[in-house]
Amino acid sequence: MAITDVGVDVRDLDALERDAVATPPLAGRLWSGIWPPVLALIALILVWELVYLAHVKPHSLLPSPADVASSLRQHAANGELWRDLWGSTHRAVLGFLVALAIGTPLGALLGRVKLLRRMFQPIVSGLQSLPSVAWVPAAVIWFGLSPSTIYFVVLMGAIPSVTNGTIAGLDQVPPLFTRVGTVLGARGLTMARLVLLPAALPTYIGGLRQGWAFAWRSLMAAELIAYSARLGGGLGQLLNQGQELVDESTVLGAILMILVVGIVIELGVFAPVERRVLHNRGLTGR
Amino acid sequence: MSKTIAPEIPPQGMVAPAPAAVQLHEVSKSYDGRVVLQDITLAAATGEFVCLLGASGCGKTTLLNLVAGLDQTTAGRVTVAGDVRPALMFQEPALFPWLSAARNVELALRLRGVPKALRTAQARELLDVVRLADAADKRPHELSGGMRQRVALARALAQDSPVLLMDEPFAALDAITRDALHEELVRVWQQTGRTILFVTHNVREAAVLAQRIVLLGSRPGRVIREWQVDLPSPRRIEATTTSALAGEITEHLRKEIARHGDH
Repeated sequence: MAITDVGVDVRDLDALERDAVATPPLAGRLWSGIWPPVLALIALILVWELVYLAHVKPHSLLPSPADVASSLRQHAANGELWRDLWGSTHRAVLGFLVALAIGTPLGALLGRVKLLRRMFQPIVSGLQSLPSVAWVPAAVIWFGLSPSTIYFVVLMGAIPSVTNGTIAGLDQVPPLFTRVGTVLGARGLTMARLVLLPAALPTYIGGLRQGWAFAWRSLMAAELIAYSARLGGGLGQLLNQGQELVDESTVLGAILMILVVGIVIELGVFAPVERRVLHNRGLTGR
Repeated sequence: MSKTIAPEIPPQGMVAPAPAAVQLHEVSKSYDGRVVLQDITLAAATGEFVCLLGASGCGKTTLLNLVAGLDQTTAGRVTVAGDVRPALMFQEPALFPWLSAARNVELALRLRGVPKALRTAQARELLDVVRLADAADKRPHELSGGMRQRVALARALAQDSPVLLMDEPFAALDAITRDALHEELVRVWQQTGRTILFVTHNVREAAVLAQRIVLLGSRPGRVIREWQVDLPSPRRIEATTTSALAGEITEHLRKEIARHGDH
C-alpha cells in the first residue's frame, strides 16, 4: 500500500486543528458572575432605605430593611421560618417531580402521535396560560383544606409547561438524527431513549425551568388562600399570618424568602444544568 | 491485510452472478406520479467500489434510500446479499452532539447488540482505523469538519455491514481536506473489504475513488453509461490517466445536462 507519497496526510490536517483555548481561573469567573447582581441588590436596598427615611408612608406600613431583617431573625430564632421554608420547598419540589413524571410522558405522547396532538395541544396550551390560582376554589371544594388541594393546584400549574416543553423539544429534533437512528437500527422506545430525548434535552430543560417557576407560584397562591393550621407551615401561610396581624415586616420578610428560594433554585439547579448541557454540545461560548 | 479485489463485472443490464453484494433490477421510483428513477439496473460485486455520478435531479439520494431500506421501490427489485442492513453515511456527519466521538461509535455498536464490555475497546479500534484514536473523548463541536466526517465513517463501520452507502459524504468539505479523506477512504476500503456505493456529483471525486463509475441522467434518473476503471488505487487527480478519465466523463455529463437545457 504505497500511499505515503500521495497527497495530504489527514494527521497533518488534524495537527492544524489543535489550538489551546485558555480557561480563565475559577475565582475570577465566580467574581465576575457575582458582583453585578450584588451591586444591584445593594442599590435596591439603598433606595428602599431612602424611601423609608423620606416618610412616604408611616413606618408601621413601610418598615425599613433593618426592621424586616430583625423580623426575619425573630422568626428564625423561634424556628418558624425554617419550618415554613422547609414546608414550602419540599411541597414545591415534590409537586414539581410529580409534574415531571406526568408531563414528560404526556408531552412525548402528544409530540409523537399527530392525532392526539391535534386534539389536545390547544387545551394544554390554554391550561398553560390559565392562572393556576383559579383552581384553588375548585380544589378546596373537592379536597377540602388538605395537602391534596395544594398539590392539585401545583400540578395544574406545572404540568402544562413540562408537557409543552417536551413537545417543543421533540419538534426541534433534526430529522437527520431520526434518520441516523433508523439506519443504526433504533426503533420505538430505544429511539426515544437514545436519540429523541437526548436531542430534545436543551429545549426540554427550558420547559422544566418554566414548569418549576409555575409550580412555585401556584404553591404560593394555594398556601396563601387555602390556609389552615392542619396544613402545617409554609411561606404562603407566613404571608397570610402577616396580613391577618397587619405585620408588614413579616409580609415583606415572607416575600423576600419566596424570592430567595426562587433565585437559589434557579441559580443553584437550573442555570448550571442548562449551562452544562449547552456547553457539552458546543452551544455556548463558555 | 489489503485484499486484492478483482471482481468480474457483468455487462450492464445482465443480472450479476452470486457474489453481487447489492443488486438493483429494473428499479423505478415515483412520487405522486413524478418519476424520479426509471428502470435502473446495476450491481455492485462484493468488495467493489462503485461511484454513482450525476447532476442534481438524478435521484441519487432516492436510490441510496432504496438500497438502505429507508424507502420502497415503485417497481423492480433491490437485493442486498445476506439481507443485511447497509450502513449509510450522509453529507452531514450527523454525529450526536451530546456524545463524545467514542460514544457516538459505541452507540452504533450498542444498537447492533454488541455487549457493553466489548464496546469501548471496539470503538477505540474503529477510531484507530480512521486515525482518530486521540480524539476519542472530544465532542463533535470540538472537531473539524473532516474529523467529524471520519468519526461518522467509524460509526458507519461500527454497523459492521458488508455494504457501505455514502451520500456525497465529502461535498461540504474544503478541497484539501477532501483530498486527504479520499485517501483515507480508499485505505479504509482496502483494509476492510467493504462494498461501497458512493454517490457524488463531483467527476474528479469519482475518477479518484471508483473501480466503476455509473453515470446517471437526470429527470428521471436512469443509467446512461458506465466506466470500468482499471487504474490502481489510491490515485491522485494530478495523474494524467486520472484526469483524462475525469475529462472524458465530464464531456458526457455536460452533454446530458445540455440535453435538458434544450427544452
